[in-house]
Amino acid sequence: MRWKSADYTGWGRALGATGQLARPERQSALTALVADAPAPAIGNCRSYGDACLNDGGNAIDMTRLDRFVEFDADSGVLHVEAGITLGEIARIMAPRGWLPAVMPGTGFATVGGAIANDVHGKNHHGAGSFGQHVQAITLVGPKGARRITLKSDPGLFRATVGGLGQTGVIVSAEMQLARCKGDIVTLTERRVANLDEFLGLLDRSEATYTVGWVDATARGDALGRGILEEAETGAGLVPPTRPSKSVPFNAPGFALSAPVVKLFNAAYLRRVPERGRTVVKPINEFFFPLDRIHNWNRLYGKRGFHQFQCVVPLAEAAALKEMLMRISDAGMASPLAVLKRMGPGRAGYMSFPMEGYTLAVDFRNRDAATRLIGQLEDLTAQAGGRIYLAKDSLSGAARVRAMYPEYEKWATEVARADPKGALATDLVRRLGLRDKA
Amino acid sequence: MSETWIILGATSSMARAFIRDLAQQGARLLLAGRDMADLGALAQDCRLRGAAAAEAIAFDARKPKGFGAIIDRVAQFDGTLNAAVFVGSMPDQAEIDADPGLIDGTITDSFTGPARFLQMLAPVMEARGKGVIVGVGSVAGDRGRIGNYVYGAAKAGFATYLSGLRNRMGRKGVHVMTVKPGPVDTAMTWGLGRMPFMTDPETVSRDILKGVRKRRNVVYTAGIWRIVMAVIRSIPEPIFKKLSV
Ligand SMILES: Cc1cc2nc3c(=O)[nH]c(=O)nc-3n(C[C@H](O)[C@H](O)[C@H](O)COP(=O)(O)OP(=O)(O)OC[C@H]3O[C@@H](n4cnc5c(N)ncnc54)[C@H](O)[C@@H]3O)c2cc1C
Ligand SMILES: NC(=O)c1ccc[n+]([C@@H]2O[C@H](COP(=O)([O-])OP(=O)(O)OC[C@H]3O[C@@H](n4cnc5c(N)ncnc54)[C@H](OP(=O)(O)O)[C@@H]3O)[C@@H](O)[C@H]2O)c1
Repeated sequence: MRWKSADYTGWGRALGATGQLARPERQSALTALVADAPAPAIGNCRSYGDACLNDGGNAIDMTRLDRFVEFDADSGVLHVEAGITLGEIARIMAPRGWLPAVMPGTGFATVGGAIANDVHGKNHHGAGSFGQHVQAITLVGPKGARRITLKSDPGLFRATVGGLGQTGVIVSAEMQLARCKGDIVTLTERRVANLDEFLGLLDRSEATYTVGWVDATARGDALGRGILEEAETGAGLVPPTRPSKSVPFNAPGFALSAPVVKLFNAAYLRRVPERGRTVVKPINEFFFPLDRIHNWNRLYGKRGFHQFQCVVPLAEAAALKEMLMRISDAGMASPLAVLKRMGPGRAGYMSFPMEGYTLAVDFRNRDAATRLIGQLEDLTAQAGGRIYLAKDSLSGAARVRAMYPEYEKWATEVARADPKGALATDLVRRLGLRDKA
Repeated sequence: MSETWIILGATSSMARAFIRDLAQQGARLLLAGRDMADLGALAQDCRLRGAAAAEAIAFDARKPKGFGAIIDRVAQFDGTLNAAVFVGSMPDQAEIDADPGLIDGTITDSFTGPARFLQMLAPVMEARGKGVIVGVGSVAGDRGRIGNYVYGAAKAGFATYLSGLRNRMGRKGVHVMTVKPGPVDTAMTWGLGRMPFMTDPETVSRDILKGVRKRRNVVYTAGIWRIVMAVIRSIPEPIFKKLSV
């Protein structure tokens, strides 16, 4: 297998790596590669920080191992190669009445990446995390392939789901799809005046898919104002999505400066009439709204950006309020801020979800943002919450271990599965996750 | 759709994108190549994506003894028959310089093997009086260049062959289309360094399907290569021989 020298980055583009990439196009090539030179697998590098980076080392790009393997139309169990994207599964399966049970905010996430970060979607409060719908995983290591289930290898399975790729290369997975009524959604949007109203609406929402957009520039009485989105899948005929556009170059710094963001957010809020509205959309427009603009991450300029995402227990609404206050006071937020209620569902030792509220906000990469994110992490820790490693690029070892109570179990399984540390990534090294405690 | 496509070199990265588009249109697919395990996986992938049928069949461009059996199998399908050739190999020019024996294989994979197969298939398709043959050549065949002139020669030979075949088959209602890709992000080019105007297999597939619909004779993909190659072809030989483009 030929290796390619490449410079590549996480989605936030604040962290990058230089290394050798292999991209096997068939399973036999992968097996031979791993037997010869085990290396961490990466998907579409939709993780924001360094989960998908191995600076100075090798990595295996899985995106060409993207075949459908088997589908049982009665049970809805789908077996696919790990490099297929969730967007592609949705595109093919939704017209037949099936969707991935959990879909994150980008359709470019691969099945391997979705397992390794145990991703959540707009239905987490009801459906739980991605890994909870995975029935079997086939891992490839130097000694060959091995199919594992929660029953056959409970420890290894829990260390693989949400396990940051440290137990082996996931070559394929079998998962339970969810029934959908068709490939459109009926979406109800309503304006929300402030944080308290928001949390109340999120608590009471009975929709299958619920998510909140927050205007993180608003302050005072309007702190935490935004738009609540509630959606159900359905059947119908709507015009197909317009072809995607792309951001051709790095935007200059002022593109997302405080006044621009303030104006944009106010306009975005007014898009939805005061009394709310219900619209019908193709599913991908609802689930993956940002995917229509390729390389939108270039909007943040050359230095890139960070996403802070935390979850705090339900009782800690005060911590959320404090975070929003600090963010709006600092005047550093981008238009991208999301609030959601999570259920307890999680499938791995290092899975992010816990019952509570999750907040995600993007910040242009600069020193002041680093300081602010540090404060937000402090608040998260004090509230007994945790930060999401798929988004993290700034945190430290002690902090993360304290937030993930099952860390030791994970570390034990990982040490057994990959004793030489061949699968370590930049994130794992930065957070000392593979170091002996 | 009762369209049947036989794909030679179905394990190629480029072919895979094209085959999937055909699968989604509900075509019947005969996937021919050397790696039966991968062809089996691909056939299954195609069935799940909507192909009316998909089966793997052994084909090695260097083993013409096996061609007859494949032609027999193709002929069993009723309705419109179509064929697409993605077979090709591109050893490093330096390797060929070190071992000139590699020339035979290179020419067989990209030119004489597929040509011989198409020559046997031609009467079957003529008898149906319809259908399309897609042959993948390369911009490398448009002019011999220092970096890969053996591969280029094979592709030039194949393009000339296709042009003649087009002349013959057109009279019987069978359309022959030559595809000349510039650099495409596939297994063949992975790790070979930066290349100008590189495109991806999905775009190539879309260009091929569009070309087939419009009954184009020669398609460049990405399209800009038609212009680039026109310029490169127009450079007088005394100057060109000193260039390393
Ligand atoms: C616009 C946007 C919206 C998002 N919204 C959400 C959201 O709503 N919810 C959510 O949970 N996340 C969300 N994310 C994060 C994203 O879903 C995760 O980072 C996901 O893991 C990305 O998948 P990927 O295939 O790009 O994996 P990568 O980022 O390339 O890799 C992620 C991790 O998976 C490992 N990995 C990848 N493939 C394999 C494999 N085959 N075998 C073993 N390990 C592997 C890597 O080693 C790495 O540790 C969002 C990201 C973006 C850009
Ligand atoms: N990538 C580019 O930039 C580019 C540019 C212009 C033209 N092309 C042409 O596009 C076509 C597809 O190539 P690709 O880029 O998709 O690369 P690829 O994945 O390497 O495909 C090459 C294909 O040719 C097959 N093949 C080689 N020798 C064979 C033989 N003796 N018998 C049967 N099959 C044989 C290979 O089969 P195995 O799987 O069994 O090895 C493989 O399927 C080729 O004709 C190539 O020359 C490519």
